[in-house]
Amino acid sequence: MATAYDIATKQAEPEQDGLAPVIAVENLYKSFAGHKVLNGISLRVDRGETLAVLGRSGTGKSVLLRLIIGLDTPDSGSICIHGHAIGGLSIDRMGEVRKKMGFLFQSAALYDSLTVAENVAFPLEHHRRDLSKSERADRVRQLLAEVGMEGDLEKMPSDISGGMQKRVGLARALALEPEILLLDEPTAGLDPISSGEIGELILKLQRERRMASIVVTHDLHSARTIAGRLALLNEGDVVIEGAFEDLQQSDIGFVKEFLKQS
Amino acid sequence: MRPFIGFFEWFGSLGIFSWQVLRAAVTPPYEWRELIRQLDEVGSKSLPLVAMAGAAIGVILSLEARYSLTRFGAKSMFPATLVYSVLQVMGPVITGLVVSGRVGAGMGAELASMKVTEQIDAIEASAINPYRLLAATRILACILMLPLLTLATDAIALLTGWFAQALVEPLSFHQFITNGFSGATFNAFVPQTFKTSVYGLIIGLIACFQGMRTRGGAAGVGRAATNSVVLASLFLILSDVVLVKFILVFFP
Repeated sequence: MATAYDIATKQAEPEQDGLAPVIAVENLYKSFAGHKVLNGISLRVDRGETLAVLGRSGTGKSVLLRLIIGLDTPDSGSICIHGHAIGGLSIDRMGEVRKKMGFLFQSAALYDSLTVAENVAFPLEHHRRDLSKSERADRVRQLLAEVGMEGDLEKMPSDISGGMQKRVGLARALALEPEILLLDEPTAGLDPISSGEIGELILKLQRERRMASIVVTHDLHSARTIAGRLALLNEGDVVIEGAFEDLQQSDIGFVKEFLKQS
Repeated sequence: MRPFIGFFEWFGSLGIFSWQVLRAAVTPPYEWRELIRQLDEVGSKSLPLVAMAGAAIGVILSLEARYSLTRFGAKSMFPATLVYSVLQVMGPVITGLVVSGRVGAGMGAELASMKVTEQIDAIEASAINPYRLLAATRILACILMLPLLTLATDAIALLTGWFAQALVEPLSFHQFITNGFSGATFNAFVPQTFKTSVYGLIIGLIACFQGMRTRGGAAGVGRAATNSVVLASLFLILSDVVLVKFILVFFP
């Protein structure tokens, strides 16, 4: 039976073959107040693959994620999810596409008036009305246990550390069992131990769930841990894309400089 | 030239925002739980404030009316003067302005804070329409609660107005009400009370619009709260000009 997501995406573009990448970004441009942030960027991510997008601050890494999940619209170019263009979808149709996506914000963006458990329950309450209250509570406990936060269900976001907030944000992003996971600076602002723990956690979840993921970071170490493929951005476009070894062997001056400084 | 463009840009954005909210409000899923929470927030929690404002207005009008009517030898008109001035003018406007101050600022600041901390983006990223969850519920709560709060203001203002008069010279409450409402028709009071739904629409719409378009951190949140109150109060008074004329024409 066709889901609302299928209907929304089918109306966006005719169905394509089953080999389409989960995320395909083609020739994407985005400017803010005349300043070019993305300059014709193209990327693709397949099922079970994690792509780390690296680059200096302000090179449009976070903007790329916001465009993919439809929080901003590109000036030109296309974004396809499972082979179907998402450009021009209404907010409700885009919502159907977003149910397949999990997004971890750089700031975690937890709802500050809700407890940790309520934050994770929030997407379930809206999209899994078939679950009973106790089933939902079990699911929330399970998700929080996965990220090591099962002991902090009733705490408010303001009462937990930045690293813990990221864990809760991750649990919330996973609540609807997404096929796509978008992580915006998951280790930014964390101490090396917390950063390592978050990296390990993402890797573990990735192995278990086989999602297509994009991790935006400027932390080369965590990018190497989490992702199989890395894309280095400069001035709004991909300078190099490949495994970490490919970056190491590159003769491009910017790549060498970035690796040296990281 | 820039302020001129900004003026039209603001109204254009408000129009687009209104359309998005309207479309979200009439299409399922409906956010009943959030609506009930907002009805409580706008209604029950504003009640003490509008009650106090109503009490003060009742006493002030009573003192002023008695003084003026005595001067013109029309003291017998006191109950009707008080009833008509409370129910037709002061009750609705004072309720609107008090709610605009409390609810407008609260909603504007709350939504602005959610916006700058990316919580509204997080709602959207969770495949939930923020126009439906945050704006439609708040605006609808304002539309529904304003007439009820106005009735409360009216009742308390009449009670304190009568009490202030009764302290000076004997006047039974029964006599006050009977004289005050003698000759009163549906058209004299009901449209005046229900016009406050339009005030509610203005307060909710402006507060949600200002809050959800905020940029610029803490300063932006402050600006959103201030602008919500100032603009909602201003548009509320301006709308009254049109509403009074409309009521006089259609409910003579």
